[in-house]
Amino acid sequence: MQQLNTQHLRDYPKKPKQVYLFGTCIVDSFFPDTGMDAIELLEREGIEVIYPQGQSCCGQPAYNSGYKDEAKAVALSQVKQFPLDIPVVVVSGSCGGMMRHHYLDLLGDDPEINNFCQRVFELTEFLVHVLHLKPVDQGPKEKVALHTSCAARREMGVHLTGNKLISQLANVELVIHDYESECCGFGGTFAVKHADISAAMVADKSKHLVATDAVRYVSADHGCMMNINGALDYQKQSLRGEHIASYLLNRIKGNSSKGSL
Amino acid sequence: MKHIIEEESKYAASAKAFRANVARDLGNEELRSNFRGAMDYLMDKRKSAFSSEDELEVLREQCKLIKQRCLAKLPHLLEQLEGNLERNGIKVHWAETITEANEIIAQLIADKKGSSVVKGKSMVSEETALNDYLEERNVECLESDMGEYIVQLAKEHPSHIIMPAIHQNKKQVAKLFADNIEGFEYSTDVDTLIQQGREVLRNKFCQADVGISGVNFAVAETGTLCLVENEGNGRMCTTIPDLHIAITGIEKVVEHLSDVPPLLSLLTRSATGQAISTYFNMISSARKPGEKDGPQEVHLVLLDNGRSQAFADEELKQTLQCIRCGACMNHCPVYTRIGGHAYGTVYPGPIGKMVSPHMLGLEATTNLPTASTLCGACGEVCPVKIPIPKILLRLRQESVKPKSQQPEVMKGQGAGRSSVEALIWKVWAQVHKSPTMYALSMWGLTRFRFLMPKKLGGWTSVRTAPKPAATTLHQRVKAKQEKAKQSQQERG
Repeated sequence: MQQLNTQHLRDYPKKPKQVYLFGTCIVDSFFPDTGMDAIELLEREGIEVIYPQGQSCCGQPAYNSGYKDEAKAVALSQVKQFPLDIPVVVVSGSCGGMMRHHYLDLLGDDPEINNFCQRVFELTEFLVHVLHLKPVDQGPKEKVALHTSCAARREMGVHLTGNKLISQLANVELVIHDYESECCGFGGTFAVKHADISAAMVADKSKHLVATDAVRYVSADHGCMMNINGALDYQKQSLRGEHIASYLLNRIKGNSSKGSL
Repeated sequence: MKHIIEEESKYAASAKAFRANVARDLGNEELRSNFRGAMDYLMDKRKSAFSSEDELEVLREQCKLIKQRCLAKLPHLLEQLEGNLERNGIKVHWAETITEANEIIAQLIADKKGSSVVKGKSMVSEETALNDYLEERNVECLESDMGEYIVQLAKEHPSHIIMPAIHQNKKQVAKLFADNIEGFEYSTDVDTLIQQGREVLRNKFCQADVGISGVNFAVAETGTLCLVENEGNGRMCTTIPDLHIAITGIEKVVEHLSDVPPLLSLLTRSATGQAISTYFNMISSARKPGEKDGPQEVHLVLLDNGRSQAFADEELKQTLQCIRCGACMNHCPVYTRIGGHAYGTVYPGPIGKMVSPHMLGLEATTNLPTASTLCGACGEVCPVKIPIPKILLRLRQESVKPKSQQPEVMKGQGAGRSSVEALIWKVWAQVHKSPTMYALSMWGLTRFRFLMPKKLGGWTSVRTAPKPAATTLHQRVKAKQEKAKQSQQERG
C-alpha cells in the first residue's frame, strides 16, 4: 500500500515568466550556495527570479514553539515582501508547508493571505508540476539516497516530486533506505529540548543512510540535513547530504557534487 | 484521597521525571529492540489490512464525521444513553473525577459484599488507578487480559493502550511466569505461555464476585455497551460474576447502532490489522427473568476527568474523537524509541500527549507536547483524522501563554513559560520582521562566524556544530545583480 496524501494535490499554473524565490533563513545564513543553485536552475529554464531583500524567515521556529503572536508578526512581514501575483518558490519543504498551509491558520483566511498561500510552491514541486523539468544528466554513474523531510512529505508531497526528479537522471541509481519515511529527529527546538531522543533518532537515520552504500543522499530540506550531516560528520562517515537544487544543477552541468555541511 | 494524590504524582510527567525516564529507557537495548520489533510488526499488519488507499481514506473520512457528529451533540447523547441504559436495567453513574469513579465502584462492590474482582482490559480503570484503590480496601483485583495480567504480575503499568505488555519479550514473560506461577513448566513458546496463563485465569473467573470491564462504544439510541476484545476474557468478566461494572470516558458515546460497524472496522484494522476482533460483545441488559446466565446487575460509570475541558474548546474537542486504537503510537518515532513507560502517564504516545494535559493539568505534563518533532506520522494514520500535530502545537501555545491571559482554556496554562524564552522569541520576532535589523544580524553572524562555539549543548553530543557561511544568500544575490548590471553597462 503506497502512502498517499491528498493535501498537496492542487491546480498548477502554466510556466510563468517570473517567480519569487524564498531562500529560508537557514539557507541564507548557512547554505547560500543552495539558494544560488536554485536560482540558476530556474534561470536556465528561462525564468526571471526575483529575490526580495526584505525576506527573512517563514516564522516556523516561533510557531512550532508555541509563540503564535511572534510567529504571526514575522509571517505577516514576509507576506508583504511578495506582492506581485507570481509564484513564490521555496527551497525547503518544511518552510513551504508553513507558508502554504499554516499561514492560513496563523494569519486568518483573508483574500490577500489566501492569494499568497496559493502562490507558494516547494522547489521540486514547482520543477515537476509547473516547469515539467526533464533534467538531462551529464554526471557520472552513481547511487544516491533521498531523504524527505516530514513536513515536505506530508504537507507538500516532496517524496513524490523529489523521487521523480532523481529518477529522471539517467546515470543515477536511486536507492531506498530502511525506514525511509521515518523522521530524522530534527524537529527544530525539539533537537535541543529533547536532545536525547533526537540523538537516538538521528543515529538510526544516519545508520540507515550509510547502509545503502550511496555516495551521497539528497534532500529538499536543510533542517534535516544540518541534523543528519552533523551526525555523519561527528561519526566520521564519508557520506554527506546535498540539497536537491545543487544536486540537480551539478548533474545537469556535469559537475561532481560535494555535499554540503 | 491521599492515596489518589500520590497515584497522580506517580504518573505525572514532570519535566525532570520525563528526562530521567527517557535517559533510562533509551539506554535499555532490550527494551528498544522489543519496541522497534513490535511497532514494525504492527505497522505492517495495519498496512496489509486495507485493500487500497482510497478505501482507507473513505473510511477515515466517514469515521471522522461520525465522531464529530456525536461530539457535536454530546450532552444530548449522554442523556439519551442514560435514559436507554436505565430502561434496559443498566444503572448509570456519573463521575467527574477519578476519585469519584473509584468511590462509586468501591461502594457498588461493598454493597454486594464482594471481595474479588476479575477485570477485562480497561484503560479508563488504569486512568483512575482502580486496582490500587480497591486493593487498599481489601478487594482483590485480577487482570484477565493476558497483557494486563503480565504487567500486573510484573507490578508494572501498561506500556501501550492496546498491548499492555508489548515492552516485554517472550523470554522476559517466561521468567516472570516461572517466578510467579506455581507449577509453571518453563517454556518460551508463546502458545504454551498463553495456555498456562489462561489456566490460572480460568479458575479465577469462576470465583470472582465482580467483573469490571471497559467500553469501546456506548450506543445512545439503543442503550448498548460494546466491547471489543480478542481473548474472550471480556465476555467472561461481563457474564460470569453476578455484578458487572463497566467504566468508560464520556467521549465513547455514539448516536446510532449503525455508527458502530464502520468505527469497529477501522478500530481493529488500525490497531492490530485485524478485519474484526475475535470477540465483539454487545451488552444491553442484566440477566432477565428466565435467562440462565449473565450478571444480576450491570452498572456503567461515566468518567469526565478533564474531558469536558477539551470539549469546551472547538480545536481541542477533536482530541475526544479518539477511539483508542493505538495506531498513533505504533507509528510514532518518539514512542518507538522511548517506549510507553517513559512518558510517565497512563496514556503514552501521541494520544497520551493530547489527553494527559487535560487529565493532569499542564504543570504535570509540560514536557509532553514538546516531545514531538511534529513529523505528522500520527496524524497520517489516525483513523478518525485527529490533526494530532496541530493539537500538540495548540498545547504548546497554551503551555507558554502568560498565566494571567484570559480566557483560561486549560488547567495549568502558562506552566511551560519561561521569561527568558519568551524574551528570546520577542527579540527574534523584532529582528525577523524588520529587514534592516535582520540584515544587521546576518551581517554580524557571518562577520563573526569564527566566534560560533564548537559545543552547542545537546546538539553537539552526537553532531558537529554547523558553521555560518562567509556571505549570506542576500549578499550573494545582491553581488550577482550588481555584477550583471556592471557587465551590461560595460557592454552598453
